[in-house]
Amino acid sequence: MASKKLRKTTGYLLEFACLLAALLVMLALCLILYYIFRRGIAAVNIPFLTSLPTPVGEPGGGIGNALIGSAIMVGLGSLLAIPFGISAAIYLDQNPKSKLATATRFANRVLTGVPSLIIGLFVFTVLVLRTGNYSALAGSIALAVMMIPIITLSAEEMLRLVPNSLREASLALGASKKQTVLMLILPAATGGLVVGIMLAVALAAGQTAPVLLTALTSRFWLENLNQSSASLPVLIYTYASSPFPDWQEQAWGAALVLVTTILILNVTAQLFIVARNRRL
Amino acid sequence: MPITKQPTCPQNGEGVFPYLTAAAAALILLLTGSILLVVLWGAWPAWQAFGPAFLTTSIWDPVQNLYGSTPAVFGTLITSLLALALAGPLGIGTAIFLSELAPPWLKKPASFTVELLAAVPSVVFGLWGLFVLAPWFRVGPGQFLENNLGFLPLFQGPSLGIGVLTASLVLAMMILPTITAISREVIRAVPQELREAMFALGSTRWEMIAKVVLPTSKVGITGALLLGLGRSFGEAIAVTMVIGNANIIPSSLLAPAQTIASLIVNEFPEAFDLQLSALLLLGLLLFIITLAVNMMAIWLVHRTTMEIPNSREKRHGKKRTLRRFFSNGQ
Repeated sequence: MASKKLRKTTGYLLEFACLLAALLVMLALCLILYYIFRRGIAAVNIPFLTSLPTPVGEPGGGIGNALIGSAIMVGLGSLLAIPFGISAAIYLDQNPKSKLATATRFANRVLTGVPSLIIGLFVFTVLVLRTGNYSALAGSIALAVMMIPIITLSAEEMLRLVPNSLREASLALGASKKQTVLMLILPAATGGLVVGIMLAVALAAGQTAPVLLTALTSRFWLENLNQSSASLPVLIYTYASSPFPDWQEQAWGAALVLVTTILILNVTAQLFIVARNRRL
Repeated sequence: MPITKQPTCPQNGEGVFPYLTAAAAALILLLTGSILLVVLWGAWPAWQAFGPAFLTTSIWDPVQNLYGSTPAVFGTLITSLLALALAGPLGIGTAIFLSELAPPWLKKPASFTVELLAAVPSVVFGLWGLFVLAPWFRVGPGQFLENNLGFLPLFQGPSLGIGVLTASLVLAMMILPTITAISREVIRAVPQELREAMFALGSTRWEMIAKVVLPTSKVGITGALLLGLGRSFGEAIAVTMVIGNANIIPSSLLAPAQTIASLIVNEFPEAFDLQLSALLLLGLLLFIITLAVNMMAIWLVHRTTMEIPNSREKRHGKKRTLRRFFSNGQ
């Protein structure tokens, strides 16, 4: 047996290594945020947020159409995914042990692990190849497919947290199952559902590959859902890969806008969770 | 007084509601199945044209319509495994710090900061990798490797900045939060009694970690590593931006290469017919590899958190770890 001093010293050294690892991870996050802020802030101003892109070399030009495109696709995707995901979660909550529930849970878990690129390929083959054109609608559907498993999983857990005594009380008062779900369980779980939705929206807003394969990109305003659409992540991707310095500059600006939105969604969701835990 | 009207039976008031919710659940099942079927269907012509040779040949030539997958598969494996080698020890170390060593007031904010890293979109990692990491890598570590270890086959050739090693670094940063968060949850599931027993036997804190906590959570940590690996396999945009997109088996870690995902992103918009089908076949390959790795990971994490005797997870009677992970959308 090594001496006590040696044992303690080895322990401290290895604990210090763990501390270093943690600091390094934090440093990585800080470095990314620092560069996005420093290089992005120079590009962001009001015209940048509201105007169309200009051709290479012309000054000005912005990300207005990409902002609108992203907002519409994420919004429409959420509209499709939220009712879908919550309904499925209600089914899982009401029939936790049925065969369909077991199979759905498994499918859902598989779906969360499917790379976003594959979901892009799927929607491309089913919609874009059939209709012959890239469209904002296809982009929304791809994002909805990404969001559905996340919303379902988080909603199922949130519904499960509603105490059984409440459900039994409602049934004892003569309410139907439907009334119990709609008037009691869902309202009681609203906070948690919102958190899950915010995280899903944050995830969808940052997706590049599925949107690139379904909505492609565009340099004009989105006029109807059947045309290709610009979006923030795809714009960052194309501008960053271009050889033009002013486009690269705009990519940093767009990244600042995107990351700020996503971080706000995440931090708000986290604050919700903290507030709820304190209340419980 | 006779009852003239029966009170409405609650069970009759359900209407279509239960069917609607069941339909939503069934649709998820259908959706998952159809993703697999559609990719399979799209990949079929390429499989018919090339068969198993697709997996063993290295030529990717859209002009002559000849397709083989080895460079892309090799690129995916090498970048992901390197990323895992970099992120694994860091992630586990961070998880140990967050669950065992950090003072209680620091645990939650620090864990949240690590999870924020998972929220940064792939394309932003790519942007940062391309304009910050790659130039730094080219003159810094890359130059160093070129000058001092250039005699090794592993580090031959000029340091370009973009290439296999840079892609692995970016991937490592992207899978760090996954590995850290799951490992931390698995470590947290180790019962407090075991820790106290070790202290009572006179062990130091590190001995407690090394001899009880890590062995108990070993299987779950392996699962966390596999989940990270699965994530890096499927990562598309960030890798596409920093790997250099050269569809050959790279001669060294400093050379540009290609992964399955980056090849699909690069060629998909212009592909048609057989090329499209070949890309879908690549996609199918990626799907199968990722699915296998993920399923195994889920099984491992599930096994530890449920099988540790008297673990916190078991006491709560639910699989909190995984559900928490997935509902975060990471």
